[in-house]
Amino acid sequence: MMAAAPRIGVITFPGSLDDRDAIRAVGTMGGEGVALWHAEPDLRGVDAVILPGGFSYGDYLRCGAIAGHAPILDAVRAFAERGGPVLGICNGFQILCEAGLLPGALIRNASLRFICRDVFVRAETSQTPVTCELVAGEIVEIPVKHGEGQFVATPEQLRAIEEHGLVVFRYVGAGGEVNDAANPNGSLDNIAGVRNEAGNVVGLMPHPEHAVDPDLGPTGGQSLFASLLASVLAGASG
Amino acid sequence: MSDEPLHRRLGLADDEHGRICETLGRDPRPAELAMYGAMWSEHCSYKSSKIHLRTLPTEGSAVLVGPGEDAGAVDVGDGMAAVFKMESHSHPSAIEPYQGAATGVGGIVRDIVSMGARPVALLDPLVFGPLTEARNRWLLEGVVAGIGGYGNCIGVPTVGGEIRFAEPHSANPTVDVMCVGLAEADALVTATSLTPHVGSFMVLYGATTGRDGIGGVSVLASATLDDSSEESRPSVQIGDPFAEKLLIEASLELIERGLLEGLQDLGGAGITCAVSESATRAGMGAVLDLDAVPLREPGMQAFEILTSESQERMLALVHPSNLDDVRSVCERWGLQIAVIAELVEGGTLTVTHDGDLVAEVPAVSLVDEGPVYDRPQEAPASVDIVADDPTFLPYEGDTLQSLQAVLAAPNVASKRWVWQQYDSLVQGQTLAGAGGDAAVVRLPGTMRALALSTDGKGRYGALDPYLGAMHAVAESARNVAVTGARPLAITNCLNFGNPERPVVMWQFAESIRGIRDACLAFDTPVTGGNVSFYNESADSAIWPTPVIGMLGLLEDHRLRVPSGFPRAGLAVYVLGETFPELGGSEFAEVAFGVVAGRPPALDLAKERALHSLLVDAARADVLASAHDCADGGLAIALVESAIEGGHGFAATIATDLPPHVALFSESASRAVASVAPEHEQVFSELADSHGVPAQRLGETGGPRVVFDGLFETTLAELREIYETAIPRLLGQVV
Repeated sequence: MMAAAPRIGVITFPGSLDDRDAIRAVGTMGGEGVALWHAEPDLRGVDAVILPGGFSYGDYLRCGAIAGHAPILDAVRAFAERGGPVLGICNGFQILCEAGLLPGALIRNASLRFICRDVFVRAETSQTPVTCELVAGEIVEIPVKHGEGQFVATPEQLRAIEEHGLVVFRYVGAGGEVNDAANPNGSLDNIAGVRNEAGNVVGLMPHPEHAVDPDLGPTGGQSLFASLLASVLAGASG
Repeated sequence: MSDEPLHRRLGLADDEHGRICETLGRDPRPAELAMYGAMWSEHCSYKSSKIHLRTLPTEGSAVLVGPGEDAGAVDVGDGMAAVFKMESHSHPSAIEPYQGAATGVGGIVRDIVSMGARPVALLDPLVFGPLTEARNRWLLEGVVAGIGGYGNCIGVPTVGGEIRFAEPHSANPTVDVMCVGLAEADALVTATSLTPHVGSFMVLYGATTGRDGIGGVSVLASATLDDSSEESRPSVQIGDPFAEKLLIEASLELIERGLLEGLQDLGGAGITCAVSESATRAGMGAVLDLDAVPLREPGMQAFEILTSESQERMLALVHPSNLDDVRSVCERWGLQIAVIAELVEGGTLTVTHDGDLVAEVPAVSLVDEGPVYDRPQEAPASVDIVADDPTFLPYEGDTLQSLQAVLAAPNVASKRWVWQQYDSLVQGQTLAGAGGDAAVVRLPGTMRALALSTDGKGRYGALDPYLGAMHAVAESARNVAVTGARPLAITNCLNFGNPERPVVMWQFAESIRGIRDACLAFDTPVTGGNVSFYNESADSAIWPTPVIGMLGLLEDHRLRVPSGFPRAGLAVYVLGETFPELGGSEFAEVAFGVVAGRPPALDLAKERALHSLLVDAARADVLASAHDCADGGLAIALVESAIEGGHGFAATIATDLPPHVALFSESASRAVASVAPEHEQVFSELADSHGVPAQRLGETGGPRVVFDGLFETTLAELREIYETAIPRLLGQVV
């Protein structure tokens, strides 16, 4: 018997922009996208949660700061504590950091300018719900688009992040080189995405939902969504 | 200054004041004068341009909504309408570039939303003075940051536009913005699509009303900038893109649920314009209570509330039975609403404030009965543009060095530095973004796509405004056609100096004539547009710069033709003919330091033949790439195709012309194409059948760029020059 398509919730905050895009990408990859609303503390029984990109609440305080206190975040926190897969993309990553679910913080790009372009990122671990179909060291091409994507952390935090293997993606050149030229925003250690200690909560600045449709450009996001769907199915059967 | 009578300080001429007295049968009250001052401003009333705009062709089989509404609309198949419009925000941007540009984006997006359409694309045509001047760099950086800062926060991709540089735009940068939206054709909100009732409410929702933007249309947009312009800074509005995003979502939900009897955005002239237009369109009057308007600060006077241009506000006509539902939708999006007026029988707009009657005027007199001028025109003292023509100047320079110099010219060089600051991806439909010929945006749920291009040819317009305007239309249509899309219709933004000067008025009339002739020839009607006058300072006006926004339709996006050479081993062709035409060219400015001569001739029939060849060849799937040949001529078109696609080429330019003329002539109606060997025969036959000369120049492939018998170099070197020229000028070499 075919398993039912995994239901992936996508939260819309006021100011979310890539929420429809994330739902469409989930559908393209064979899942069912479920729209969730910031003011309702109910995840509607979804198998995984995506916090999409955008400028939640205008990002007027700090990126993600207000959304970090939205009613639905309590439900997300409880879901994450039970081991549910949670993916924050761009503004969603910022929100997860503000909510204390991920280490580090995101500040203005080193250039002080918004940047929208395709980048290469290298998966540093396959031990997350969004990289389980990748092998560590695999490079995928995905666009970034953000003004505040510079990943920063205290020296102690950074050491812990690196030692505990919490880096999920790093910005690299096409050949895998880790250098400043490959780093679009000045992030510490070229970090493009991190996970929590348990591994079920992941945040990344690149936008995999904008890299699943071959008509539109690179398709490096496909393997991330394939991973997320596979990890849900594996969780259901296990 | 303060001794001047009030009406003059509000931008009204003495005879206009007389006309108001006549309409009212008495002296106007101060608030009434402020209302007329705003509504009869050049910006709102089009008083100097109206008689000329009426000569433009506006009808065509695809046109659903023509000029006169907030935006035009065309049928793009499957019951869908594409709604599009262009506007300028040049005056505010000259004073406060970030906010000026940002609020320009906000305004045009609300125009599209007020038609009931979801905004799906933005394009930003910009003209600045040379980047060698610090102020121009500040303006460019501020305007681009403002466009991004606003556009990137509202979930509408910025997919194109163009950026040009010209000294006459130093004091007055040209900052235009076009927005495209999509709606179900039968759900468009127009003046006649909904039926308001007597007693229906006018509901203001969105942001509060403050003192920002007062006099925006009359003081800022309808007068020339001068030394005191810095003091106009309070007339520049401040944008809040987050509020705009909420406004978009709430407005579309209100329309979708059928809760509205009308919808109007608040832009120039603020509440005065929205209320008087809504009442006039309904064929009624209105009673407006200014005490009901939520204010940002206490103590605002009636005229300030009436003419404030505070951003992110909309005015809806709502039947009383729907008010609660409207409120709950708006509250869900965190927006406050206020019932500020009610439709009444008759045509009188009555305004009260603090319980006092502050205005009582016929609504239609504000909207439709403003002055209309046929301002005097005078052609400039005739210059012998043939004697000045750089085409025939002796030139001994090295052609490779010339190519490098033209490639690095700011008008030609890559604008990646700009495009990368815009989110071009959100909504997930962008097949081709900025930097190519036209942006291509898929229509969700169909195989179709829109091809969008904005083009202004101020350089040619300065030499011959009629020809310059025709070239702008031709190039925008060509840019759309090279992608394989059929040009459908245009919008425009007409950027000029002071219309009270006969030379400027002549430039304007000539430009309109050029747009008219080209649009008739291409069967691309004008669906609307915007006029921006008074772009001049004490000593000089901008170049006459009509900017055309072309919308084309691609029936099957899988047949879209890219602009770059996609692989090695393709035959390279130039379509069209090259004549000795360096007048007004990039080369002439780079090599001789002049913008002079006669702009390239334009044969509209040949141009149209090229468009249909490109569309038919794309449909037959025989084009591997196609790229407009314009600024910088054939050499630049070839090199751009190579850089974009990542493949070099070897070409032989067989010609009797001197090499620099053959390489850099800007003859119109040409394109560079690449064709797979197995398709060459079909392609040649197609070209023949359209009567378009197609000359085979060589083949693609390899890391080198070879012009046989002239020079060769590497693609990497040319790419380096092309990509770093703008960052270098900005002092940000990467």
